[in-house]
This record gives sequence, C-alpha cells and structure tokens, in this order.
Amino acid sequence: MVMQLNARRTDDTVARQHLMATAAVATLDELEQAVARLGRPACQDLRAPEIGLVMLRGRMGGDGAPFNMGEATVTRAAVRLETGEVGMSYLLGRDPSRARLAAVIDAVWLRDSALVETVFLDPVQARMEADRREAAARSAATRVDFFTLVRGED
Amino acid sequence: MYVAVKGGERAIDNAHRLLDHARRGDPAVPEITPAQIDEQLALAVDRVMAEGSLYDRDLAALAIKQSRGDLIEAIFLVRAFRTTLPRFGASEPVDSGAMRIERRVSATYKDLPGGQVLGPTFDYTHRLVDFALAAGVSPPEPATAGQGEAIDAPHVTGLLDDEGLIEVNPGAQADHPVGDLTREPLEFPAGRDLRLQNLARGDEGFLLALGYSTQRGFGRTHPFVGEIRFGEVEVAFTPEELGFPVSLGRVALTECEMVTQFAGTAEVAPQFTRGYGLVFGQSERKAMSMALVDRALRTREFGEDVVAPAQDEEFVLSHSDNVQATGFVEHLKLPHYVDFQAELGLVRQLRREHAERAAAKASDAAAHREAAE
Amino acid sequence: MSAALSTTLSAGFERPVFDAQAVFRCVMMAMARPGLIRTLTVAVKPPGRMAPAAAALALAMCDFESPVWLDDALAADPAVAEFLRFHTGAPIVADPRKASFAFLADGAEMPPLDCFALGSPEYPDRSTTLVIGVDWIDTESGWRLAGPGVNGQTRFSAGPLPHDFLGRLSDNRGLFPRGVDLVFVHGDRVAAIPRSTVVEK
Repeated sequence: MVMQLNARRTDDTVARQHLMATAAVATLDELEQAVARLGRPACQDLRAPEIGLVMLRGRMGGDGAPFNMGEATVTRAAVRLETGEVGMSYLLGRDPSRARLAAVIDAVWLRDSALVETVFLDPVQARMEADRREAAARSAATRVDFFTLVRGED
Repeated sequence: MYVAVKGGERAIDNAHRLLDHARRGDPAVPEITPAQIDEQLALAVDRVMAEGSLYDRDLAALAIKQSRGDLIEAIFLVRAFRTTLPRFGASEPVDSGAMRIERRVSATYKDLPGGQVLGPTFDYTHRLVDFALAAGVSPPEPATAGQGEAIDAPHVTGLLDDEGLIEVNPGAQADHPVGDLTREPLEFPAGRDLRLQNLARGDEGFLLALGYSTQRGFGRTHPFVGEIRFGEVEVAFTPEELGFPVSLGRVALTECEMVTQFAGTAEVAPQFTRGYGLVFGQSERKAMSMALVDRALRTREFGEDVVAPAQDEEFVLSHSDNVQATGFVEHLKLPHYVDFQAELGLVRQLRREHAERAAAKASDAAAHREAAE
Repeated sequence: MSAALSTTLSAGFERPVFDAQAVFRCVMMAMARPGLIRTLTVAVKPPGRMAPAAAALALAMCDFESPVWLDDALAADPAVAEFLRFHTGAPIVADPRKASFAFLADGAEMPPLDCFALGSPEYPDRSTTLVIGVDWIDTESGWRLAGPGVNGQTRFSAGPLPHDFLGRLSDNRGLFPRGVDLVFVHGDRVAAIPRSTVVEK
C-alpha cells in the first residue's frame, strides 16, 4: 500500500505529474515570474533544497532488462504553505533556487490548479513546445535518402 | 609497502599556486568560463560526464576548466564529487525508443520508419582544418524542414524482431536486483547488467581499442550497425514519499544497437545476436565500441571460446576504468624511497654474494690448475 | 481536496548534517557500550506513538536502501509511515525479514526475533536492527549483561517486553555471528543490546 502526500483522485495524480514535469525543466526566470504572479505565498521549508544523486537506468538492447548506466545530480525541495499544502520538487542538476520555486508552484497548484495553469503551466508549455518544434525542424532538414547503386551490368 | 613521508608542505603549496597560475595562462587572453566550455567544447563535457559516470553538464565543464583540459583529471574530479552526495534512489529505466531524435542512422536498412537523420555530425566532413574558425565566425542559421513534427522512430531491430531473425532482449528478472558496481565490489563472472555499467563508464580509448581488435580478428563478432541514435530522453523517478513517478527533466544519450554474428543450434533456428551501447551525451565512438565489447563479452551465453582480450571479462572489466588505471600507474611517481632502499640493499647483497662466489670459483680453478701442473 | 495528511507532516532535523552525525555517534556509543543509557541532544517531534529517539535514529540511519518494518502500534497511524517516507526515502515493508530496521512501539506484543532478517554467515550484517520503544529503561537492577563492550558486568532492564524475552535474547545470542541487534528507546534516551551481548537473569 502506498500512501501519497496530498493524495487526491488518480487523474489528479496525472495532472500533478504534468505540472511537476514542467516545473522541473522551467527556467529560473519562468519560475520566478510565476511565483511573483502567484503573489509570493508565504511558506515554510519542510525540506530545504537538497542536492543528491539519482542512479539512471537503461535497458539492455533498448527494451530488455534494466542496468545502471550512471548517476545524475538532482535537487529536491519541499515547502508547506500557511494553508497546509505541501509542494514538492525534484529536478535534474544542482539548483536550489529553481527547486524551491518549483516546490512553491506545486504547493499553490494543490490549492488552486486553475490559477497555476494560467500563470505558469500554459505559457511554459507553449515555450517548450516552440523549442521542441524548432529543434525537430532542424533535425528534419538533415533527413537523408540513401540510394543503392546498381553494381555491374543488369 | 607504503611508508608515510612528511615535509615539503611549503613546496607543495607553492606548486599548487604555480599550477593555478599556469592554468590561467597569459592574463592578456580572456579567461574561459565553464559556460563557454559547456557550449563550445560540448563533446569534451559529454566525455567527462560519461566516464565520470555523473550527468551534470555544469559540473563537468567546471572540472575541465580546473583540470586544464586534462579530461581524465576532470573525470577524477567528478567521481570524487559524487561521493559527497547522498543518493535518493534509482530512476525508472529510460525509454530510448521515445527519444527526441537529433540524429539517427542505420547501416542495415536504408529505408526505415522515421528515416535516417544525420543531425550534427562530423561524418562526411573533409577533415580539413577550418582557418576561418580561428578568426571567429558566426555560422549560418541551420536549415529547417517541416513544422517540427515529432520524429517517430521505433528501434530498427524491431524490424528483425518481428520475423524472429534476431534474439529477443533478456527481460527483467523478478527478484533480481539491478547490479551496481558502485555499491558492491565487482565479482566474476559478472552479469550483463554489471558489464554494461562498467563499459558505460569505461575509458573511451580502451573500449575503442578493444572494439577495433574484435574487427581485426581478435574475437570476431561480424557486426553491423543496426542503429545509432542521439537525442534526449526523459528521466522519471519515483520518490518514496510520493509513490508515483515524476519527471526530473531530460538527458542527452547516444545509443548503438549492433546486429552481430548469427548463431543457431539444433533446437534454435539461426538468429542474429546483439551488442548494446548506451552513453551519456553525444559519443558514437564510445557507444559503438561499447556495443562491440558488450557482444564480445557474451561468450558464456553463446558457448564461444574465450580466445581474445575483448572476450576476457576479467581483463576487460578490471582495466576499463581510467580513474583506477591512472591512480595505479601514476602512484609510481610518489615517494617509494623506503621500498627502493630495501631493493637497493638486496641487490647490493646479491652482488656481493655473486662476487664472492665468482672469487671462490676463480681461486678453486686456480688451485685446480696448480694441482694439474 | 485533502491536504490533511500534509498539514500534520512533522519537520525533520533542523541541521541535517550535524544532527545526523550527533545521532549516529550516540547510537554508535550505545552499541559499543551495551546497557549504557545515552541521551540524544537532537530534538525531533515524530507523529503517533513513535519515540523522539526512535525518529531521530530513523532520520540518521535510514535511506532508500534500508527497508523499514513497523509494528501494528506504529502502522496504525499513517502519519508515521508518511513521516519516514518523506524524511528518509525508506520503503516501508510488510515482511519483517526484508527489513534493515524495525521500529516497534509496543514491545510486549513484538513478534519472535527470528521473524526478522538474521543475516547469513557470509554477510551477518544483512540483519534487522530493532528499535523498540519502551516505557522505562533502568540500569539499577534487572538482567546481567556481559560480553564485548561491558566492563565486567552491568545491570539492565527495560519494558514492557514479552515475558519470555530473556530466552529470546539467549536464542539470538546463540546464532552469533548472525542475529538481530536491539536498541531500546524511551523519550530521548537510547540503550542497546547488540547480538554479541550475553544476557542473564
């Protein structure tokens, strides 16, 4: 049995995963602006930003049994709003500032998901999608068709 | 035998100050920043992350600056840094099939779902030094095609898989914890999980030489590049307190699937076998070498005789780590005065005994001659 | 939406590195001197029936690679598991044999010691450390302790514990080098009986 902090319905878990995934890759500017627009809610550090490691796993042959391929640095944080919601963050890299802001955004999302979607999720998702499209279009321009030349006669 | 020495503290401090000075070089030349290394020497950063076995671009870039570009020294710094951090856990296995493709080529099929995407590559360059770069040039904007549709590129080996032409990758075994050589000392024989972990952090030059040796006949595996892909994959991790996976962000990986030597028995129809490489950052040379050596090491599975270095698991896995290797080789330059004095004493004594024996022999011979006369 | 669980989530160490080191040293000394009571200087306010010293020990010693088992008294309050998961990352397991640490608040109802991981002759360290919350710890009277770390002999008692506990300890000693190690906690006080200790009436 696994108990979840702030456990709500499962579809809310999917939505929260989406939010946390976005917060994990948002830039410091994006996180700061969002927290400013959310009114810089007062909160307490339940877990001050902490840097650690996660062992990354791959799969043999791409889809087989797992193996450890090497670690990555990760920063995590947890904050509690005055209204009680506990927000958490986990993100790649060593960045206490981003981790704490991401946890604040997660906490506010638990209180008012619609607000956080407007202020943070939608604009950051749009920026990320534009970046992804630009990179994909550049890769696509290097797509190649190889022709096999006929060897010898007929 | 190790004997502690003391003294020389001031000389050591001054040597380190001199090192700092040498690192900076001519102050008339602008100082390099880690961000510049990250952006403009990105493949050096990739190598330090891969062999340092720690994905952290900023850290690897700083380590390269600190080590004056000595990449093995930088790898050492990264390895030392990781020991100072707690581990939160292990990620979910990454899904390389869902990679955001920046490059993807196959040497076995020219037409394949998702197509061949060259991406940023040195292939097909003429290896002519570009003197324009010395002056500094702004490159033209990259070309674009399409509207940025995601490239859906399933693994090529899936095509062979469908026909049963290639071995099926081994599935996860329940109750078999994933081996981790950073936690438990390596023992032989080692499982493929431990071998792959060892190779993923192994020295690129060592693996390249071993891979090359298999091509030249020292443990031939008859390889084809089924596929090489480079791009970003998402990393998911399940914190114990949340109980559901969260995405931590994306990491860039190079993956190589080698299609190798087919094998068959009376029971099993002939099938291609596989070698696998997966490396942090962009490094096809490393991923391909890893795949060649992975396949060469699978001798037990296929009942192959170990006849070449690349097939000898203890040889390969014990010597692949360049931090270990450099530590043991370079420790020879540290004070061994007492050991050497002991050896010196021994050699002197042996020489003395040798001389005495020679003298005794000479006087014996002389006595013999005299007696004979 | 319910944030009820989270609002009760207790804070961990105030100074994670120094506090963990202080607790580690305290537990190490308790293990090295069986039967001697040591007092923790680190305050943690755990939920439920968990003793402060037990919680401090968990925060200092447990991580994602050390599965934790809870007795019924502790498992009854979900806040305990939540507290441990959040602060240590340790998985909570139902099978005591899989546990690196077992936390118990109700010593009198504890299961037999051989229900826990006992280690193997090759790896005797792969055994469970039991952290048992008790209502009293006393060194004035009680069992006689002897063995490594005890200068001659010392007295020790704690409880409530099962009536046949002395026999269980003796059986555990008989398994040496296998066997479990026991830590007794009361408030912020800690004492230990490692597997190497001989306990007699």
